[in-house]
Amino acid sequence: MTESTEFITGATPAAPRFGFLLPLGLALLPVMAALVAAGLVLLVLGSDPIEYYSYVVQRGLLRWRGLQATVVNMVPLLILGGALIVSFRSGLWNLGIDGQYLLGTLTAGATAPLLAGAFPSIVALPLAMLAGAVAGALWALPPALLRARAGINEVISGLMMSLIAASLTAAAIKLWLKDPASLEPQTLTLPVEDRLPLLAGTDINIGIFIALGLVIAAHTLMMRSATGLRFRILGLNPAAATHAGLGVPKLTLSVLCLSGALGGLAGAVELTGVLGKMQASWHPGYGFAVVPLVFLARMNGWAVIVFVFAFSVLQIGSASAATRLGVPQDFTLVLVGFLLLFLALSEYAGERLRAKKV
Amino acid sequence: MTAAPSPVVSLREVTKRFPGVIANDRVSLDFFPGEVHALLGENGAGKSTLISMLAGVQRPDEGEIAVDGAAVAIASPRHALSLGIGTVYQHRMLVPTLTVAENLMLGAPWWRRPALGGVRARFREAAAAFGVSVDPDARVENLSLGEQQQVEIIRALWRGGRLLVLDEPTAMLSPKGVEELGAMMGRMKALGIGIVFITHHLTEALDFGDRVSVLRGGRSVGGIAPETLTALPRADAMAEVVRLMFGTGLASAEAAEGGAHVPRALPNTKMLEVVGLSGRSPRSGSSFEDVSFHVRKGEIFGIAGVDGNGQTPLAEALAGQIAATGSVVLDGRELGPANVALRYQLGLRYATDDRNGEGMVGKLPISTNMVLKEIGAAPFWRRGIERRAAIDAHASALFAAHDVRAPGIHTPVGRLSGGNIQKVLLARELSGSPKVIVYSKPTHGLDLRNIEATRRRIRETAEAGVATVLISTDLGEVLALSDRIGVMVRGRLVGIVENGPEARLEVGRLMAGITEREAA
Repeated sequence: MTESTEFITGATPAAPRFGFLLPLGLALLPVMAALVAAGLVLLVLGSDPIEYYSYVVQRGLLRWRGLQATVVNMVPLLILGGALIVSFRSGLWNLGIDGQYLLGTLTAGATAPLLAGAFPSIVALPLAMLAGAVAGALWALPPALLRARAGINEVISGLMMSLIAASLTAAAIKLWLKDPASLEPQTLTLPVEDRLPLLAGTDINIGIFIALGLVIAAHTLMMRSATGLRFRILGLNPAAATHAGLGVPKLTLSVLCLSGALGGLAGAVELTGVLGKMQASWHPGYGFAVVPLVFLARMNGWAVIVFVFAFSVLQIGSASAATRLGVPQDFTLVLVGFLLLFLALSEYAGERLRAKKV
Repeated sequence: MTAAPSPVVSLREVTKRFPGVIANDRVSLDFFPGEVHALLGENGAGKSTLISMLAGVQRPDEGEIAVDGAAVAIASPRHALSLGIGTVYQHRMLVPTLTVAENLMLGAPWWRRPALGGVRARFREAAAAFGVSVDPDARVENLSLGEQQQVEIIRALWRGGRLLVLDEPTAMLSPKGVEELGAMMGRMKALGIGIVFITHHLTEALDFGDRVSVLRGGRSVGGIAPETLTALPRADAMAEVVRLMFGTGLASAEAAEGGAHVPRALPNTKMLEVVGLSGRSPRSGSSFEDVSFHVRKGEIFGIAGVDGNGQTPLAEALAGQIAATGSVVLDGRELGPANVALRYQLGLRYATDDRNGEGMVGKLPISTNMVLKEIGAAPFWRRGIERRAAIDAHASALFAAHDVRAPGIHTPVGRLSGGNIQKVLLARELSGSPKVIVYSKPTHGLDLRNIEATRRRIRETAEAGVATVLISTDLGEVLALSDRIGVMVRGRLVGIVENGPEARLEVGRLMAGITEREAA
């Protein structure tokens, strides 16, 4: 399959024997460089980088419990990745994704316990997820309308909508949706037995399959369907979209609302799978963790899965490593930051090398 | 300063090449003090390159620019200013949120404390001298475009400029603004400042110019000196300029035209009928009004006119890209509201001149670009999912039939040369069963061989029965290919001429704004 023909532009028919070495090196070198650079930071902080890394790998990947935590951790990130693939491939920057996620989580938190009381969970949970998706789409609507009608940059309005969402969800929980039985401001709790079922003998709920399915669906939609092609043309050349008679405002609305719906769905799936309730202080900021991953993956769904997995291993592993070795929790972000930096550099170097050859 | 007979600035055999193009070919021109020198030429005639060399942005490959008779290598825009050459570009270059005076101080060294008072006083002085009234403390964004231009002119002459280069200064002005600009130029002339007035409007050149020169295909093809211009009746001057701009005198132009027009017998079926069509492009803001014409089966209907007279929005409205009022009837069927996909399907095709800008998606492969106007339609998509085999087979067939030179059908279009992109575009627009094709400047930017191939293709498809609308700013092309020719001026179709030996002159007259009534 050549689902990314638009990127493999330099594939010459008669490639030299070791032609694969250059792209491989360009992919591996930055990873190594990031590990080394972050290791130096660890040294400065007074920790042994080798120990830290081996701890991360052991706790996040090799230990069965750690691996399960890693997989569960991937669920919202994957769905948000799908949301961003749709948006970024269409040349629109839905950075209000965190707000849509929060609204989706809140809506699912408000509806799922009630629905679970009235219907069997095979009906209740999909309904709660649908509600979450609708909430996400509606939250994406104001920036989408502003963009489609008046050309107002969706980045700024999306970010502002996220800020509003954070306060709004907290206020809504404290004012109207608070579980009276709880001291903490939080919604009613979805009983554990009504949540998404677990895979036999694990802590992993079937949300991971929903998440994987959604990422691949988003990828397939963009790369194989007529709708996806319309979206991509919008991103690659809006003037060509007009020329080909694709209604640009309508496409813009569709892209941003679809992305918002997936954002809301990410929250709903996480709530019905793991969280069970929405707390007023819940604000994980997943969006900004996923944005760089989607870029690293070049908006390819399969690659997003790989990167989200690696990121999750890092997150889970470093959480344990942090308490054990006294390294700050946020050190993961330092590593991701280095990775982005070096990948960008290798991208640049690759361009230069290719240009030289031509 | 006295109006000495020696030129302030002279171009001597100036040549400038860009990869694949000669933008200026041994151009020699003199600019005298106290004189408005109107420089006429179509888009692509080499005007912009000439300006950028005078402004110090680019340097000539051959030949020289002389200031006060001595050759100078103008190294930078700053250097040009210090030599007394000020340039005002077509697009405004002021910071909108700053005041006029603040804008004028932008070039000052950073360590010096801004002397706002002095700048204000000097600005008022200059404004009074040129007869304009702009408040130096007004914010630029609150000024009209005409006033902004006046500020830019004053800025261009701030350090004692002696030659003012105005690049299409009237393009964005209201009629009143044009009048004010005329008055301002009169004052500047009286102060001994030489003015280079660049335009592609014949009437403006004659209204404002003391001397007129014509650029065509990068070469200076002649002009009218001030003595002659004052002596000549306006109609004759106009005719002379038309002859220079479109005349038969050039061997290369003749070669490019690819043979003369041969009258043909055509069936009397109206394939396309346009009645009272008006519309405006939201993108460029240009518009056309009350356009009516028809095209018969197999006929080539040329639309001549200087660029920017409403041809592009007309073509876009015909293709269904922009909304328009009026009626478009295709083969007996009223088309109704704009809808590109439907019109494409019914056989109304539009080959845009903006091939890279809107015609193609550069990063997508040739194969996808071939079906860009049929997204979602069978047999290339089934229930919304693409059928790659069908798309590839379609592309391969067109690829061979149109002789596209590329590594393969999956090569991104953006990597092809202009000529090959044009082939892909024509392949898409001609595929299936076209009934009407609208070409917009089909040979613009192509090399001779591809111009030849494109014109052959246009002729062949017309002979196969396709009704053709050929919009072109190249009069030679329109004359060589069309059966009838309509002329567009300021958004209106001012006349339709049967092609024949007299057509060139008639079209030229219509373009120059002389309607048949006036001429008679």
